[in-house]
Amino acid sequence: MPLILPILIPFLTAALALLGWRSLRLQRWLGVVGAFALLAAGIGLLISVQNEGIRTAQIGNWPAPYGITLVADHFAALLVLLVGIVGSAIAVYSLADIDEPQQSFAYYPLLHVLLMGVTAAFLAGDIFNLYVWFEVLLIASFVLLALGGERPQIEGAIKYVTLNLISSFLFLTAVGILYGAVGTLNMADVARKLQTLDNPDIVTTLAVMFLVAFGIKAAIFPLYFWLPASYHTPPAAVSAVFAALLTKVGIYSLIRMFTLVFDHAEAPPTFPLILVLAGLTMLTGVLGAIVQDDFRRVLSFNAICGVGYMMLGLGMHTPLALTGSIFYMTHSAVVTAVLFLIAGNAHLVRGTFRLDRLGGLAREAPWLAVAFAIAGLSLAGIPPLSGFVAKLILVRAGLEAGEHLAVAIAIAAGLLTLYSIARVWDAAFWKEPPAHEVPIERIGGEHEPGPLLPREKFLLGAPVATLVVLVVIIGLAAGPIFSLADAAANELMNPAGYIEAVLGGAS
Amino acid sequence: MEILLAIVVGCLVATGLYMMMRRSMLKLAIGLSLLSHGANLLIFTAGGLTRGQPPLIPQGETLPPAPYADPLPQALILTAIVISFGLLAFTIALIYRACHVTGTDDLDQLTTTET
Repeated sequence: MPLILPILIPFLTAALALLGWRSLRLQRWLGVVGAFALLAAGIGLLISVQNEGIRTAQIGNWPAPYGITLVADHFAALLVLLVGIVGSAIAVYSLADIDEPQQSFAYYPLLHVLLMGVTAAFLAGDIFNLYVWFEVLLIASFVLLALGGERPQIEGAIKYVTLNLISSFLFLTAVGILYGAVGTLNMADVARKLQTLDNPDIVTTLAVMFLVAFGIKAAIFPLYFWLPASYHTPPAAVSAVFAALLTKVGIYSLIRMFTLVFDHAEAPPTFPLILVLAGLTMLTGVLGAIVQDDFRRVLSFNAICGVGYMMLGLGMHTPLALTGSIFYMTHSAVVTAVLFLIAGNAHLVRGTFRLDRLGGLAREAPWLAVAFAIAGLSLAGIPPLSGFVAKLILVRAGLEAGEHLAVAIAIAAGLLTLYSIARVWDAAFWKEPPAHEVPIERIGGEHEPGPLLPREKFLLGAPVATLVVLVVIIGLAAGPIFSLADAAANELMNPAGYIEAVLGGAS
Repeated sequence: MEILLAIVVGCLVATGLYMMMRRSMLKLAIGLSLLSHGANLLIFTAGGLTRGQPPLIPQGETLPPAPYADPLPQALILTAIVISFGLLAFTIALIYRACHVTGTDDLDQLTTTET
């Protein structure tokens, strides 16, 4: 039962909120309550996985591999909990950030459909089911991205929609070929049947197709162009939930497929390829971040750099490296969300995201500056914050695996991240605000800032404060989270446990 | 029959990709829909073709008499068609809106977000 709740709660929230179409108040209440219920369900699921090991649920009692299976191991449960945390913060933040005309276009129902798609993708134990949940979260994200309908949003949405539909096409094609090759789509069953399939060519083809399909979603080099073209266009709350959660779904799928399905002796040499791509993703991401002059575009490129770190652990494919990846996903979901929310706060104070028009925020909004300093230093990997621990595990794993070049790139990218964050700090928070007559062509998203009500200040500040505290906690109390990530990585490295849990002893 | 369908799949994907390379937004949508048709036909073909053997279980038995057509690819395609229908409808609405907001059908003009 706890397995179905993280899918059911956002679904019911979205459905009820749609029924209350006429009452914005009801939708807002439902949106917030539903998000916190999802958080509670995530905690419950993680506890039950901790106590009882890998949990499975066969929908409609059709036995695996014939029915739809939901599976929660440590990895999936941890990610579901992260969805709950980020979702709750965003739901509260949206109350003040998303203006009423946009909220009335079913903002909260869409947000919860998105959350449902993300959690269900983490829990899916069947590849076609994973495809369906991808589409659910995609269509919700399409509408959220275009909500408001300003010119940059529409332009970003066209690029985002096109690239994601191409990715879905590749995914679907790979699913078709996979079914033709092994005659099943249950992931555990596929993993078992691929081991006995003596046709290495088709396995290689499939591995590469899945790598490209999920690589587009995860925004790895050289498939990430849609991300910086679109993530800075919607309202801050939307871009925060996208950046924090959506690329994680792609990375989750890559890690799941490449540790469970394409992980046997005759497996194609995809792990070295992933390692190379991870290095290039880190470098291009952080180099892109350095030259941008829009607050959220800097953060978007830093998110791409983070994707590189998470891929790094998969590419090295040792237990410690995967632990590092999973730890980094935990850290990245929280820190990316909070950085985007801080950018949104800066926008509300000063009416722009452009770094050359921001400035003086350290005096005008000192607490915001403190929050940015903590979150930014954590992203760059300064001890004792969360990013330091995540990068430390990955570097340690890289040294143990003898991947010295990858370690060098990871450290260099960390230093450059610090530089890009320092640039934002200087431009947005530290320097004197520019005179307002800077002759710049007004691009969408700029507006005259109005004074914020105390209630709005609370709704905007509380999620940021909570997430910043979480960033510090993840760094200071890294032990429990490390052991969680370690348990998850051990399950991933020994897929026999997963297969056993899904299919039972049956052969 | 498989070879013929494989060629058709190839033609659909090639045409779809060609349409997506054009600069017109409308052709982009046509290309996307052709791609999804190609994927659906590919699932159908990859699942194996069986002629005139519906998977019906005769009364009193538990299995249909072999050989029978695999019903699962058809269920998959049906799901995929519904999804691609919804996505295509959204894409067309988005393109319509984009033409209104930007005043052009040319994809190369969509550069205000690239600084």
